[in-house]
Amino acid sequence: MTAIVKAYGVHKHFGHLHVLKGVDLEVAERELVFVIGPSGSGKSTLLRCLNRLEQPSSGSIEVAGIDMLSPKTDINHARQHIGMVFQSFNLYPHMTALGNVMLALRKVAGKGKAEAETLAQAALDRVGLADRAHHRPAELSGGQQQRVAIARSIALEPRVMLFDEPTSALDPELVGSVLAVMRDLRESGMTMIVVSHEMGFAKNAADRVIFMDDGLIVEQGPPAAIFDTPAHERTRAFIGQIQQH
Amino acid sequence: MEEIVDNFFNVDIAVGAMSIVIDGLLNTILLSLMVVPLGFLSGLGLAVMAQSKSRAVRWPLMAWVDFFRAFPPLVLLVLLFAGLPFMGLELGGFACVAVAFMLNNSAYYGEILRAGIDSVPHGQIEAARSTGLSGGQAMVYVVLPQAIRNVLPDLLSNTLEVVKLTSLGSVVAVPELLYQARQAQSATFNPTPIVMAAVIYFLILWPLVRLLSRLENRALAGRG
Repeated sequence: MTAIVKAYGVHKHFGHLHVLKGVDLEVAERELVFVIGPSGSGKSTLLRCLNRLEQPSSGSIEVAGIDMLSPKTDINHARQHIGMVFQSFNLYPHMTALGNVMLALRKVAGKGKAEAETLAQAALDRVGLADRAHHRPAELSGGQQQRVAIARSIALEPRVMLFDEPTSALDPELVGSVLAVMRDLRESGMTMIVVSHEMGFAKNAADRVIFMDDGLIVEQGPPAAIFDTPAHERTRAFIGQIQQH
Repeated sequence: MEEIVDNFFNVDIAVGAMSIVIDGLLNTILLSLMVVPLGFLSGLGLAVMAQSKSRAVRWPLMAWVDFFRAFPPLVLLVLLFAGLPFMGLELGGFACVAVAFMLNNSAYYGEILRAGIDSVPHGQIEAARSTGLSGGQAMVYVVLPQAIRNVLPDLLSNTLEVVKLTSLGSVVAVPELLYQARQAQSATFNPTPIVMAAVIYFLILWPLVRLLSRLENRALAGRG
């Protein structure tokens, strides 16, 4: 197994708050890792450290062979290989769906206009929104917006995709369409790290579930083991809580 | 009544003064085309620099903006025009207006644009940066188009003020609309040219005022 993500001893302080307390994480190529844990456990921060949207206080992070924390690394170039999907979609409201997907293709990947448009259209097609290419985000449902956001990332052909609570802001009836796209991505062999509480999805799609609490990985293992026979009391309590909802 | 018409709406005087006043109008337009972009672009520079995390950058900027917002533009203009020659630097009226307005306008445009930039959610920058855009690219392609749209009524309103303020150029002998009208007035001993100037100001600014009202109404409707 070759790890495409290697993070060791990652610490993050926000002022006096110690949010990550030495996290080690290896993710293999084509693996889908689910990260769960109570709010404030540091799971989103960990995700954001991986593409250096947050600067870790210490530790080492390597993604797709690139040392993410080295001052010599061209971070903008490195981020092309790491897609990220946010809870609040963060589509650019002044551009169409197509424009949202094309921007980085043009400005980061350096594609010409025609090629960028073809690639963007293909990415939208892949998330089932080819017919919405010329709509603006305000004219799309939350589920459609999130799928455009996924298209914006996958158009750059990343090696790893990070999902930060991708369905938390969605109405329940729209969650399925986003999970379907994620499942399709998984089947295509994309390496994915997903922060989410979609237990059903985790159970049948994840290779591994990580439970974080208080800035540390408490335990990890196959979904069945973590959900059905957790070893730690804190994991048990947390899973009991989410299953009640 | 006749006295009013003779003094303020005198057709013979108006016809005679027309070419002088039109010259003034052209200079006012020229002046506006110079000071508005200059103020806007330097304001944009200030607003973007104000996003810096470093206090060593932000604090001098704040001081700069405060200073020029508190400094009356007419005083600034006269100081440049009458003061700089003492240092052996003679700028001429046009250049003095350009510099004074740039200093004054950059502060105003800068504050408006800074508010616009602050109104764009941080998630927009994060999304852009996560796809590999540099900070500068995120600013240019993602933040500024939204920021400018968000503060468009304020920008337009400020631009109206700036165009009106170009009449201050008359104080330093820039032959803009008001200056030319006053020249014509003193040549004809009749204030009709001043009324002409007033009418021309109104005619060029009124469409902008209408546009501004529409934008403001739309912004209000959008908020509700």
